Amino acid sequence: MTWFSIIVSGIVTYFSRMAMLALIDREMLGTKVKEVLNYVPAAVFPAIIFPGIFFNDFGLFVEITDPKIYGAIVALVVGFYSRSVIATIVSGLLSYWFIIFFLLK
Amino acid sequence: MLSKSKIFFKGIVAVLPHMLSVIPFGIITGAIGIELGFDPILVYATSLIIFGGASQIIFMQLLSGGASSLVAITSVGVINSRHLLYGAVLSEYLEKLSFIKKLFISYFIVDQGFAESNKYIKQNKNLSNPHYYVLGTGVTLWFCWQLSTISGIILGSFIPEELGLKFAIPLTFLAIIVNDLRKLDNVFVMLVSGFASLILFNAPFKSYIILSPIVALIAAFIMLRFKK
Repeated sequence: MTWFSIIVSGIVTYFSRMAMLALIDREMLGTKVKEVLNYVPAAVFPAIIFPGIFFNDFGLFVEITDPKIYGAIVALVVGFYSRSVIATIVSGLLSYWFIIFFLLK
Repeated sequence: MLSKSKIFFKGIVAVLPHMLSVIPFGIITGAIGIELGFDPILVYATSLIIFGGASQIIFMQLLSGGASSLVAITSVGVINSRHLLYGAVLSEYLEKLSFIKKLFISYFIVDQGFAESNKYIKQNKNLSNPHYYVLGTGVTLWFCWQLSTISGIILGSFIPEELGLKFAIPLTFLAIIVNDLRKLDNVFVMLVSGFASLILFNAPFKSYIILSPIVALIAAFIMLRFKK
């Protein structure tokens, strides 16, 4: 039964990756839709980022003093000015670790 | 003109920074599967067959918690439905590819790979072989994901939990979109999506992952109307 679920889940996931790319003809999408599609990254990724910062492991809102919030602010500022993916991630992690290992100890 | 292998290599390099979150996440995914009591082969099969981090963890948690297959499969489908949006965007760049190649490349479409490819292809509009870039990102992420889940399965969660490396996941995605903050219309769409995700977080089947982008895209559509 577990194997069955994995395989069906795999098919469903593969379909989600393949459907729009391989089965839809570009001509079927109007210019308006194409314009809106420019916003896909801006529309998808905050829905992963916000809960990752503002919720804890139990699905409850973190407090305003949560180290994740400050780590994210540092990453945001560093990323904005450096335009570097690696600098964004590393600065966020380092500032987060600095808070939890030095300031909160 | 860039050769195919050079474009492929550029794709590899573009996703390397994301390994800071992908590798720990893969290790955690493998280790969680074992902790939940699944056979190692089954845990690995989720990486090979489903190949989608968050959805694999939710899938195993649901099944081990006694949820029905239908609930587990539905959750995976809902979480991964965001790929439909990636496919729609990529279809514009890859429309010249043959059907078979599209079927092949589809397996490798992943969040970070999509985001980096989208960025690069937009900046290099007359690239002759953009699919090599997409493949470079996707294949790299695929290998690292397979290897890191396998090491999590074998070695357990060997990264100390105190490090809080889960926080690397929102940071990776923040790194992906931080450059778009320069445009006010993007900021608006991001805020709509972010706040929608906070409000919809407890909706069934983790559907906030697809509902929030839909809300944000509708907001983008309305915004475009007003801009004209």
